[in-house]
Amino acid sequence: MLKFDHVSKVYKGGKHAVSDLNMEFEKGEFIVFIGPSGCGKTTTMKMINRLIEPTEGSIYVDGEDIMKVDPVELRRKIGYVIQQIGLFPHMTIEQNISLVLKLLKWPEEKRRERAKELLTLVDMTPDYLERYPHELSGGQQQRIGVLRALAADQSLILMDEPFGALDPITRDSLQEEFKKLQRKLNKTIVFVTHDMDEALKLADRIVIMRDGKIVQFDTPDEILRNPADEFVEEFIGQERLVQARPNIQTVEQIMNLAPVTVMGDQTLSAAIKLMKERRVDTLLVINEDQVLQGYIDVEMIDQKRTKVNLVSEVMERKMLKMETGTLVKDTIRKFLNRAIKYVPVVDENERLVGIVTRANLVDVVYDSIWGDEEITS
Amino acid sequence: MQLIQDLIVYYADNAWYVWEQFYRQFLMAAYGVLFGAIVGIPLGILIARYNKLSPWVLSLANIIQTIPALAMLSVLMLVMGLGPNTVVFSLFLYSLLPIIKNTYTGIRNVDHALLESGKAMGMTKFQVLRMVELPLALSVIMAGLRTAVVVTIGVATIGTFIGAGGLGDIIIRGTNATDGTAIILAGAIPTALMAIIADALFGWLERKLTPGKKKKGIFSQDEATV
Repeated sequence: MLKFDHVSKVYKGGKHAVSDLNMEFEKGEFIVFIGPSGCGKTTTMKMINRLIEPTEGSIYVDGEDIMKVDPVELRRKIGYVIQQIGLFPHMTIEQNISLVLKLLKWPEEKRRERAKELLTLVDMTPDYLERYPHELSGGQQQRIGVLRALAADQSLILMDEPFGALDPITRDSLQEEFKKLQRKLNKTIVFVTHDMDEALKLADRIVIMRDGKIVQFDTPDEILRNPADEFVEEFIGQERLVQARPNIQTVEQIMNLAPVTVMGDQTLSAAIKLMKERRVDTLLVINEDQVLQGYIDVEMIDQKRTKVNLVSEVMERKMLKMETGTLVKDTIRKFLNRAIKYVPVVDENERLVGIVTRANLVDVVYDSIWGDEEITS
Repeated sequence: MQLIQDLIVYYADNAWYVWEQFYRQFLMAAYGVLFGAIVGIPLGILIARYNKLSPWVLSLANIIQTIPALAMLSVLMLVMGLGPNTVVFSLFLYSLLPIIKNTYTGIRNVDHALLESGKAMGMTKFQVLRMVELPLALSVIMAGLRTAVVVTIGVATIGTFIGAGGLGDIIIRGTNATDGTAIILAGAIPTALMAIIADALFGWLERKLTPGKKKKGIFSQDEATV
């Protein structure tokens, strides 16, 4: 999709902004460039749409050398989002969103339709189309900024600290929204930031740069587990390295694989017998396909045992559950906040695969304290 | 009281004549500013692009501005002879500075992020100028035209000395006549009115053209003009 081949940029006066970059990104990847200011991350990004031209080497987009393409044509095919948002104050939201389409000479009706369609992606109503940028909040403006970059269905989008100027709460929600959007639309994103949290949260792969060179280029997990050198370690921060274990562990890694289950068509007496045998007060109810139906606990059996006979008539269907792939750090928060004893884990088809209990969390906390001591000693 | 009566009598007797001179003066000012805009706006855009030229062009316009109106008219008269054409040419010179300077300021002050956005979205240089820079600089450019119009209306009054006519004719007649106060006023009041109306009209236009439909302009007039 995107390939850097021995790319260097030397400014007049011999300052090397970036030197000898070699990278290759896949389609649909979320790539984050990160590094201290002046490390060349923004320069690298701007070379992709030729806002800055490389002095040496070549960059290929979809196998095509960008230096052989007309820069104006090239830029119309690449989305661009900047920190200052850069919406045009004299144009309505609709005109802003559909500007690239106008440059591409789409007919007016199609442009309008596309603008409407895009607004629904970020849960904004069509009446925003007629407004001007200054009537919107910062977060809304940057949503429009992102939509503008998506308008012509560009498959590659460059983002220069797009959420840097927003307040932390807005930034958080926009990051999540955007990550979801990116997965859904399968765009290749090149994202520049200096915020490590943001990079770890969003990236499929992170490029850590210093003094115009790549220090490490890997997935967030791999960078947390095996930082390339002291600079990377320092950049990630000791704190994050310690927290990294629960941060990157998913619930499957800590759950019990064999929760005690019962079928919906079994009798209550069979259920209570099972509880006694396995020394538990709650049973998870499943059907023959292992799909989680609900749960049943000893109080419910006790109250209704004279009136009804089958598990399915008593069980509670509403319950908290987690999908596989949920991070342990998020789980811990849920457990502590809501005083929950256990949460069943299901796969994408709602099939029961395991259960996380408070006892599992004790292991995690124990490990992270242990790990902490190991690092500091 | 006598004065006001005299004034009314003068207007009643010479309504057509006053109107003719008013229109004549207005045309001279308008042509001056029009030519000023035709030359000044592109020049302002040019020096905003090639910033190295700006000190040269702006100093030259500044120098023109410092020449006293009467001296300018006299010198031009030596070359171009008597009549309204000479006056229009000198008004053109006077309107250059506010127009060039405001065009330059307006375009230079367009947020750099917007220019980068436009460029990165795939606009050609001309599209950036037409779709981003000019619309955003328009209100500042209008402020320049506004200053130019007000200045030229004032200067056009002196045109009478080189036989260009205009409301100046009436004022001079008043100064030459015994007890001519009413006649002086008969010329001076319409001149002032013309300037005030033009100023108000351009002020309104300027607000209308301010980007983003904000109530207040981004730059107040004072900041951006001479």
